[in-house]
Formats: sequence, structure tokens, C-alpha cells
Amino acid sequence: MKEELFVSGRELEFIDPVLHIWHWQIPLYLFVGGLAAGLIFFASYFFLKGKEDEFPIAVKIAPFLAPIVIVLGLMALLLDLRHPAYFWQLYTTIRIDSPMSWGAWTLGAIMPLSILWPVSYIYDLQKYFENSFCKMPYKLMTWVIKLKDRYWILEWIYEISIKFRKPIAIINLILSIILGVYTGILLSAFNARPLWNTSLLGPLFLVSGLSTGAAAIMWMARDHHEKITFSKIDLVLIGVELFFIVHMFMGFLASTAVQQEAAALFLGGEFTAIFWGFFVFVGLVFPAILEIMELFGYKIPISIPAFFILFGGALFRFIMVEAGQITRYLY
Amino acid sequence: MRYAMAMDTKKCVGCSDCVVACQTENAVPIGYCRDWIVENVEGTYPNLELELRSERCNHCDNTPCVRTCPTGASHIIEGGIVKVTHDECIGCGACIEACPYDARYFHPDGYVDKCTFCDHRVAKGQETACVSVCPTKCLYFGDLDDANSPVSKILKNRKWKVNAPEAGTKPQVYFLI
Repeated sequence: MKEELFVSGRELEFIDPVLHIWHWQIPLYLFVGGLAAGLIFFASYFFLKGKEDEFPIAVKIAPFLAPIVIVLGLMALLLDLRHPAYFWQLYTTIRIDSPMSWGAWTLGAIMPLSILWPVSYIYDLQKYFENSFCKMPYKLMTWVIKLKDRYWILEWIYEISIKFRKPIAIINLILSIILGVYTGILLSAFNARPLWNTSLLGPLFLVSGLSTGAAAIMWMARDHHEKITFSKIDLVLIGVELFFIVHMFMGFLASTAVQQEAAALFLGGEFTAIFWGFFVFVGLVFPAILEIMELFGYKIPISIPAFFILFGGALFRFIMVEAGQITRYLY
Repeated sequence: MRYAMAMDTKKCVGCSDCVVACQTENAVPIGYCRDWIVENVEGTYPNLELELRSERCNHCDNTPCVRTCPTGASHIIEGGIVKVTHDECIGCGACIEACPYDARYFHPDGYVDKCTFCDHRVAKGQETACVSVCPTKCLYFGDLDDANSPVSKILKNRKWKVNAPEAGTKPQVYFLI
């Protein structure tokens, strides 16, 4: 037998028996970061390919969600900080070695650009919401347009946002990929948490984020061609995600003892049912099956696969943050 | 200058004087501690072996905590001592996630705190609080670059190990076995 105990001193509830300092705020932020990255990526990509009229929802409408969810995520992060009065310190330095620093700056850069993009399409947004069930967005857009017409500075910002659409799209394309991938790199940089310490986590989070973005676009799309295209894109992304997940676990099992113990949490341990049952099956495989059936001609309401993909994306991050803190090197 | 600590596991009795001395010297809040005693029992009765270790922040050479700090609040001062600047720390907890030894904690005031190798005492040429009170004199502190310091001399003469070397952090608290 081998038994290690703390006989004196350390028994802080948030460190022992398992680390538990990051709660719901962090996975919520990781989810909205991925979703915003997906929305902004598809908007910029299809705009640069000249398809803004072929995919109007993806390029013109859906990106209005991006700044809203980013702000929600940032509020969650601020709630998580234990010394929030000093949060501005993040912006006094760029630390190349710290993925958290990259994230702070990427968010700082992408926030204004993600607002400028829907601003440039404000008239299209107003028209999209004109006949919708909920009157509030239409009223909001009308009010924003009235403000713009009244103040010359806002009108100037609007003109700028249209004139510089192409450079903004190029910058957004790069920033959205960084936003999507850095959340995974951030976790994988903590070698003290063996479950996270895999280089596949960055790409996995990126693909998951793009998949949630495509699901949101698919859900909001109005014409059949756009729905089907994003359904196919999502199908490919789900396939890549499943491939990464399988390889991540193969990597753990072929790695050191601490990583094998980390993988054991998911292969017979406490996270087995929720991960494979709720995330992989309900959140990835089931929507993929529905989308394949749709491609074969069955009529499936698009909200079902879209909802479960979004649900899966959020659940995945909640599982990873919780399980990662349980894995450790010592004791 | 590279400060390090050595701890003789054959002489430690687990009295916890080092824990209390640190809490007193550094005004550590009630319920928290910067160092702790681990009791490790191995074997099958009646062939059991007991090892007592006094552990703390290892002031590593390859610090994952300093690397991950987004504001630079976690930094290294002269001698390799790892410190946290309180009003640069935003309380994000990345350094706590990054430490394989779980040596850091959130101070109730919000910033992250941990063992500082009593740098305020070291600056005056004294030893750390834990080293100075140990009744069995099993703790050694000093400069590894100085061949005459207590820690250099004891590491030359005894077998030692470190905690979780496979984590790649190059810890500077040595356990004499």
C-alpha cells in the first residue's frame, strides 16, 4: 500500500482533495468564445469569397450575435476574477509565454471589430427582424439607425465600417481563428493538469467552436440553400471533431501514468456516461445522423440538430474544465 | 545566486513548527498555510516505511506559474525566488492551475499568495522562518552557487530526491533520503 496524507497545514477546500478554483464562469466563457469565433470566421470567410448574397444570414445577420455573446463571456470572466479591481493590469503588458495574455489582447482587438461588422449591415439587420415574432430586435435596430442619423460621429463610423469591410474581414478571419484555438491552447499549457496537457486540445476547441457557429447560422438561415450548405459544413466539422476526440484518448493511453489516469476518468470513471452519452452521442453523433437524414430527403426541423450541437459544445467545455482540475501529478 | 532548500526526511518528526512559524512570520490568514507536512506510508504490515516531508513552493527553475501569468504579477527576483506583486495580480487563478505542487492559494483579499522563501529575511542575511525554528534542525537553506552554504554542503554528502521531477519544473526544494 502507499498512502500519502497531509498531517498538518494544507487542507484548503478549493485545493484539496481536488483542485476546484474555476467554476461555471470559465467554461461559459470558453463556449461563447468558440461560438463567436465560429460566427465571425464564417462571416469573414464567405464575405472574402464574394458570397455575401448567396449566404446572407452567415455574412450579414448572424454576426450580430458575436459581440453580444462576447460581452456575456467577458462579464462571466470578470465575475471569476478574485481581484477584479485590477483587471486593467491585463492591458499593461503583452506576455508572449502566456496564452491568457494572448486571449486578453485578442478579445480586446476582436471586440470593436465584431461590433463594426454588424453595424455596417444595420439596414439588412433591420429588414431581417421586421417580420419576426419578437418585436424587440426590430425596435432596437430602428433606434440605432435613428441615433446614427442624428449624430454625425455615428454616421461617420457607419461609413467607415462599410468602406473598410474587406480589411476588417481579413483581420477578423485571423483573429477569429486565434480566438477559437487559444482557448484550447490556454488549457493545454497547464502541464500540471494532465487531462488538459495535450496539444490536440487547441485544434479540438477550434473545430468545436466553428461547429457551434455553423449550427447557429444553420438555425437562423432562411433559404434552403444556405441551410443545406451549413448543414454539410457542420457535418464535416463534426467528423473532424470525432476524429480529434478519438486521437486525444489514444494519445492519453499511450502517454505517461498521470495521463493514463486522466483518461481513465472518461473510460470507466465518473465522466464516462456524461461524456460519451451526452456530449459525443447527443451533442455530436445524433445531430450528425439527423443532418445526414436531411441530406437524403427526410424533413427534419433544423432547430433540433442545431440545438444539440450548441448544447454539446457547452457541455464539452463544462466537462473538460471540471475533469481537468481533478487530474493532478501528486497526492 | 540560486536559493534552494533541503529537508532531511530522516530527521523530520512532523511537529509542524515550520508550518506555524511561517504563518506567524508572514501573517498568513487563519485557515491558510504556505507550507505543510506530508506523511507517506508505504509497504505491507509489518514491513512499513514512514516518510515525513515538509513541503512548500519549490521556487522552480522552470516555473510554469510565472510563464502563464498574464499580467506579470508572478515574477522571479534575484536568487530565483518566485514572488507575486499583489496589486498586479488580477486573481485569475492561472498560476494555481499551472502549479503541479498546488503550492499557491487565493488570499482572502483576492490576490494569489504562496511561500516567498522569506525574502524579507533573506535580504537581511537571515534564514527563512521555517528553517530557523526547526527543532531537529532538518531544514537547510542557502545559495546553491556558494559551495560553503549549508544547502550546498548537505546536497553534496547525501542522497536526495525532488517532488514530481517528471513535471519538468526543476524544483529547488530537495528531500534528503
